[in-house]
Parts: sequence; structure tokens; C-alpha cells
Amino acid sequence: MAINSDVLVVGGGLAAITAAVSAAREGADVRLVSHKASTLRQASGLIDALGYVPATEPAKPLRDGPPTAGRELDPDEWPDPEGPLADPFEGIDRLPESHPYRIVGSDALRDGLDLFDDLAGGAYRGGHTDRNALVPTFGGAVKPTARYPAAAEAGLASDDRPMLVVGFRSLTEYDARAFAGRLEAAGVPFDAAGAEVEFAEAFRADAKITRLAKALDHDEDIDGVPAREALAKAVSPHLHDVVDEEGGVDRVERVGFPAFLGDDRGEAVRDELADRLGADVFEIPMGPPSLPGLRLEDRLFDALDAEGVRFETGNPVVGVGSATDGRVETVAVDRKGRTAPYGADAFVLATGGLVGKGLDSDREGVREPVFDLHVDQPEDRYEWFVDDAFGDQPYARFGVRPDERCRPTDADGAVQYENVFAAGGVVGGADAAREKSASGVSLATGIAAGRQAATEANQ
Amino acid sequence: MTRHTEDDGDAGDSNETTESSGGCGCGEPAPGVPEAGRDEQPSTFVPDGGEIPEEEMTADSEDGRAGEDRAATDGGVESASGGAESATGGTDSAELDPDAYDPVDVFPGGDLDLREGADSCYKCTSCDTSCPVAEVDDEFPGPKFQGPEQWRLKRKEDHDIDESITSCSNCMRCDDACPSSVPLSQMHNEARGQYVERQMEKLSVEYIRNRILANYRTSASLASMFPRTASFAMNFGPARWAMEKVMGIPKERDFPEFATETFREWWKARGGAKVENPDKRVAYFHGCYSNYNTPEVGKAMVRVYEHFGYEVMVPPQKCSGTPMFANGMLKDARRHAETNIENLVEAIGEGADVIASCTSCSMSLRQEYPELFDLHGIEDVAEHTFEALEYLRIHEDLEGELEAAGGLDDERAFAYHAPCHARNQGLSRQAVETFRDVDGVKMEDVGDSCSGISGTYGWKEEKYEKSMEIGEEMFEHMEDAEGEVGMTECPTCAMQMEHGTGYEIEHPLQLLEDTLGA
Repeated sequence: MAINSDVLVVGGGLAAITAAVSAAREGADVRLVSHKASTLRQASGLIDALGYVPATEPAKPLRDGPPTAGRELDPDEWPDPEGPLADPFEGIDRLPESHPYRIVGSDALRDGLDLFDDLAGGAYRGGHTDRNALVPTFGGAVKPTARYPAAAEAGLASDDRPMLVVGFRSLTEYDARAFAGRLEAAGVPFDAAGAEVEFAEAFRADAKITRLAKALDHDEDIDGVPAREALAKAVSPHLHDVVDEEGGVDRVERVGFPAFLGDDRGEAVRDELADRLGADVFEIPMGPPSLPGLRLEDRLFDALDAEGVRFETGNPVVGVGSATDGRVETVAVDRKGRTAPYGADAFVLATGGLVGKGLDSDREGVREPVFDLHVDQPEDRYEWFVDDAFGDQPYARFGVRPDERCRPTDADGAVQYENVFAAGGVVGGADAAREKSASGVSLATGIAAGRQAATEANQ
Repeated sequence: MTRHTEDDGDAGDSNETTESSGGCGCGEPAPGVPEAGRDEQPSTFVPDGGEIPEEEMTADSEDGRAGEDRAATDGGVESASGGAESATGGTDSAELDPDAYDPVDVFPGGDLDLREGADSCYKCTSCDTSCPVAEVDDEFPGPKFQGPEQWRLKRKEDHDIDESITSCSNCMRCDDACPSSVPLSQMHNEARGQYVERQMEKLSVEYIRNRILANYRTSASLASMFPRTASFAMNFGPARWAMEKVMGIPKERDFPEFATETFREWWKARGGAKVENPDKRVAYFHGCYSNYNTPEVGKAMVRVYEHFGYEVMVPPQKCSGTPMFANGMLKDARRHAETNIENLVEAIGEGADVIASCTSCSMSLRQEYPELFDLHGIEDVAEHTFEALEYLRIHEDLEGELEAAGGLDDERAFAYHAPCHARNQGLSRQAVETFRDVDGVKMEDVGDSCSGISGTYGWKEEKYEKSMEIGEEMFEHMEDAEGEVGMTECPTCAMQMEHGTGYEIEHPLQLLEDTLGA
């Protein structure tokens, strides 16, 4: 006997959750199945929509021959991407026709962002405008993004107040002084300084960010001083570190920390630090593992629960169980060696791309492993990539090709299964890393696929 | 009167805790070889400068174990003429034609080789952020170190396993967190087994204490001969003070009460199965706790399954091994596994699927057994094992049946905690979902935090405070929840829930029994 629902969503990231909630809001009984804990914990927690429109043609024709043959030669030359875009919606028309935004339309992106605002509640900012915000990320780059955590608000690059950035010697992936230097080099409209302080030294040299966050959440004693007070004390000697152009010394008005300021009680931690420092406090989004990503994961799974979506993680969907007349009836879920059938009237595939393992690849080709959907790709794998690492990499756009109802199509453009819809990174056509569009694509295709799946199931 | 029934599989158990842990007869293993418990097959990985004597290394590799080992290491690149071994253990043939092989062929791996798992780690550190111990313990370097990094380090013979492996509680949340399917818990189990086997002082209090904790079944079977006396004596103040001082067992914890009638005694007195049905058979793996401490869970299992027309079998069985894995006592675990596998294979042969009511038992049979031991039929057992509620949800119209039963007359509210081991089997939401629409039942999920006890972890004096710190989030959420009764599938999570909140704790099968009127 199959475990049944109206709509079954396969995946556990932003696209899957968006699809599940949107289908549930259309009245469908929805179940979400995800192999592992959500990959949101690897996400920065920023919700980008479209930051750049990258060139799809090189500045001069690509060199002949396999790319590896040209290792000693000049790399391919590509024009700089257009951007950062002030308005993500405005750039959509200039994306390639096969881009998911062109397929589902800019309204889907708008609806997806609205849904996100609703689910994220007061924890996120940026919903008041269509325009991108510029958020500094931990490499010292400034990222155009549509929504950002409230914890990052005081750090916006468009704000002209002087900024102190705090770092810790034991957090090796992040250098506060280099961060401040790069920000200034990027021409931000404020003075910035970086300072390395003693605090994380009280923990083991490779302490996990979760350990630091927990110590601040619970205000644990650090050598007899409560953690929040100890951190503020370590930072306060540096509040005058910023030197402006005239050589004058300003007291900084905002202080940035790597994103570990508490987990469950982040707001209280930031408030207390701000109070003690007499300056606004913000977090700088980090690479994985990412507390902002973990917090978003918690929030979105709570939202799933509140929307009545059933969900389970821990077992993978490994293939189609049964299908007739071009419709999938059940998929097979591997339960530690034995498969169990999960049935639904409509399915949403939101398993991610090459990194999320929604696409599988080896030297022979690139495949979609759940429904074995068609993935468009050059036959010769030397055409999967170009020499220039920052060029228009063909593999970046690999994925399933949906029709206007988000149903993946075969090589001839015919719909593969009438009741299978795709969303997020598994959908091809976007170069999310260069466009800064990963979250937006997940939201836009997620809401579109979720609605279509509900419609299909309600018929 | 003896409490042992003949089919209890207990013969030879009495000297378990004092038995010397001598060699297994397989000789001193090569360093880095994940050999613990895997004595039926040669290890597939031979490290550089290993113990294989020179002449064997260059001997004809057509047959013999050295040949097998070496072939598995060097794989398909060995030239027919037997090219000279290079310093790195590869083949240094001048005739090697790069077009004739793919680089991937150099490392053929094998069923038991963890290299592939180590190589799958791309160091995203998701495992570390999911680790409940690393979140509170400044001495613990986290699962990424304990797994793939330590695996690489210990390939060299001069490298001991780091003692911190004993701080891993074996909650296995890292397995669930890893986006790359690195077999973290398997690596931890093997490193811990190796540490305990080769580096731990066998006369140390810690070793003896851990061995006693790991062999809970032995203590429990003794205690349940005189359950009332045992329940009293084990929790008697001065005795507890002594246990903490001498054995390192925290006096804050109450030992669980022993049932005056074990599940197996009840089963025997009842005359066994009340339903016979060759088409629907299940073999119940009750585990130690349902037998000795909470037979009401086992009784609920039997009644619920008989309600659905199943013939319940109760084969002889020993400990699933969960507490032994967590303490690196792989030999003890293997000995118990032999009995379990033998009897469960027989039941499967009679058409049964194996049902466990404890999620750690089902986890062990499904995942750890085939990962760690090579016993005949172990894969069959893994494939046929299910958790009790999971099985009914797959095979029966449970929702329909519950709706027809009409729910409870007096409303009851529960604070449900999903055990970590349930999470890894995809079961963390099943209880909440099953009872969501049942009238008169309110069940609230208290979140995805770990209870902190992790079987025997919280039973160690030096870990007690960490254990309670990890559990704090769960205690808070339980207090916030409306229900004043806790619910979980795992007996040690239940101990921790009770210890932290004072709530009475039930198993979902008990509620299922009540709601079905079984």
C-alpha cells in the first residue's frame, strides 16, 4: 500500500519548501520528502533574485580545440557581466530565452518573493522595495540581493556610516582587516576598519560556529565574564579605529561580526552587544556552515508544519515506482535497503542542481536520477566547459528544460510526464552563480511548480 | 527460580563483562585498515609501508591473500609483467599507457574500503554544525575530524586514534546532515572500536564502566531476576554515591525500574501468538528495554499487530548492539549479532518481516549491522527490518483505521520528541503525522534538538553535564508544549525526557493501542 498525498514534493531546499507551501495554499494535501537535512544550512541566508546579467558570448571567438589543450595560452576573453543591477525585474528581458525567469515570467518571481516575505515574517528585510540591496559578504565583496536577514541590516553598503569589522584569529576563513580593505577598494561610501580581537581564543582553536553561537545564546561564562559582555569588552578598544580621509578619528556607528551572534536568541544577543558598544551591530553572512542558513531552515520547516505540509527527511527517492499513460503514479523511496511506494496525483521535483545532487554526473554524461528526465548537454564532455573559470560555463546551465507549466520536456520538446513539475536548481538555463539568481529562481519556479501541481491534483 | 527461558539466547552471557578481550586470531592488523568486526573478509586497503612482507608484495599475485590485498590496492594499473613497486605503492611501469586506463581506475575501492567515503567529503562542515556534542564540548573536535580526517591520519602506522573519539555519542546526526553521503557514523564506529581495542587500558575504571553500560542486557537480565530488590538497590543513595565515586556513574540519574514480569515472561504466560496467519507474519525484535523495563510497549506492539491480523513471532534475541557500538565494544556487539542474525534469518525464511519498537534497535539492524559485520544473512535482515509504526503506515490503512475507531473520549496532549536515530531512518515526523487527525489527541513536536543522553553517553559522570546541556533545548520546548505527557520511540531519550521534566513518557505504540482499542 502506497503512502499517498495529492502532491509529493521531492527535495528539501528553498524551491521544495516554496512549492510545498504554494501547493498547500491551493488546497492540496502535500507531502515533502527529502534525502538529507536541508542544504539551506550551506546557504548564506541571503535571498538574491538577479544581480547581474552575464555575457553569453565571449569578447572574441573561443579558441579551437579542447580547452585543456590551451592551458598555457591566454584564457578566453569574456566581457564583464552587466551589473550590479539596481532592479532585478528590469534585467529579466535581457536573459536568454531558455532562462527559468523567461519561462515562468517575472510575476512568478514577484509572487515567490511575496510568499517568502510571508513565511520569513519579521526575520527578513528588503520586501519594501523591488530594488536590490547591497550586502557585504565575508570575502569583502558586495552582493546585490533582494532580501536579507534583519541581522545583516545595519551592514548595508549603501549606508554611509563608518563601520568597524571584527574578526578572530581562530576563524581562519575570515580576515577582518582584509575584509575592510576590500570594501574600501570597492568604493563603498563609508570608512571601514578591521580589527582582530580576543574572544574566540577562549574556545578550542577550531571551535564550531554553533559552539560560539550557543555560548552567546546562553550567555555562558568565559573566564568568569558572561559571553556577551566579554565579547563587547574585547571589541570596545577598537571603536575608534576608523580613520577618515582627513586623518580624523571617528567613533564607529556600526560594528560587523561574522554570523555567529546566537542561534535561537540572536536578536537578544545583538541588542545586548549594541547596547554595550553604543553602536549598531550586524552580522556578515559567511560561507558554509552558515548560521543564517540554519536559522532560515528552522523557520521554513516551522512554516511547513504550520501550513499542514507533511514532511520527512532521511530517505532518498530513488526512482519511478509505477507510471501509466505518461503519468507517474508512485515513486520509490529507499528505506534503508527496501523501497516503499509513495503515491501522488502530482509530483514536484526540487532536488537541486549539480551541487545539491539533483543532477548526477560522471564521465559519460549528466543525468537526473529520480525521474530520469532529459538533461540537455553536449555529447562531447570537452564542450561542457570553457577555459575561463568566470566565463559562460555550459555546465552551469545544465538541468531539465521545463515547458511553460514547469513540466520537464524531452529532447524533442515534448512533455515527459503530464504530472511531474520541476523547480529550483534542477531546472536548467540559469547561471545562478554569475547572475546571483539562485534563490530567486527557486522562489519563482517553486511557486509556479507548486501551483501547477495543485491544479493538476485538484482535477 | 530462573527468569531465563530456554529460547532467550542467554547461554554463555554470564561472564560477558569479565571476559578478556584477546585477539580475534587475525593477527595484528595493518594500521588504517578498517578491520574491526570484519573478520570474514580480507581488508581491501593496504597502506603504504604496511605489514605485508616484501617477498609477498612481489610474489605471484595469482592467488593467496597477499595477492588479493595488493590487487585491491593497486587495482587495474598493475602491468602484466609485474612492474616495480614505487615508493607510493603504485606501479611504476614505464610502459604505462595513459590512454589505456582512466585515472579513476587507479582506486578500485571495494565493498569495505572507506576511501570513497573519505574522498566524498568536501569539507562543507555541515556535520560539525549538526553535532550536538561539538555545540557544548570544547574538547570535542567534531565529526568531520573523527570521520574522514582521522581516517586519513590513521593510515600511517605511527598515528593513534585520538582519545576524543570516546566523546562521540553516536547520535548519527552527522549522517543525516552530510550532503555527500560520507559514511560518518561508520567511520566513527570503526575508529572507536580500534581505539578501545588497541589503546584503551583494559583494567581502567572507564573501560570496565563502559563495558558494563554497553552490556546493559547482562545487568538487566540479572536484575530482573529480583526486579524489586534491584530497582531499590540500584537507586539506593549510598550505593549511588559509591557508584559515582568508584565507577563514574552520575548519582543524579535514576536507574530505570525493572518490570516484575518481563515481556518474554508475559509472552510465554500468554501462550504466544493469538493470531496465526502465514500470509502476514512479523518477527518482533523487542530489544532489551521493552523486555526488562517497559514490557507495556511490547504488549502494545503485539496487540496492535494482532489487531491488524498479523501473526507475531518473538524469536530468541540479544542486544541489538547500539550501546556497544557507542562504547567501541564491537566484539561484544558481534557476538550478540550472531544470535540475532541467526534467529531473524530463520524468521524471515518463514515469511516474516522484522519489526522493532525501539528506533535505535531498528537503526542498528538496518544500518550498522551490514556496515560493520559480515555475517551470513545480515543484508537480508537489514532489508526486512522496519520500525513498528513505519511498517503499519506502509502496509495498512492506518489513517482510515484510526478514523473509524473514532479517537479518544478524554482528550490527551503529548509533547513528542523524535529520537536522532529515528531521524536517520526518515521517521522523525511519523508519530506526529499519524495522530494529527485523531480526535482527542493533541501532539506537539518539540523540535529537532537532540535529547542529549544518546544511550549510554549521559550515563557517564564526565559527560553528565554536557548531556543535560544538550538536552536543555528539548526540556524547554517540552515545558512550552501543552501536553504534560512526553512521547518518544527511544527508551533512553525517554529516560532523559523524564529526568529533565519529570513527565511520564509513553511510546507511540501505547497510544496506538489506546486509539485503536486494540
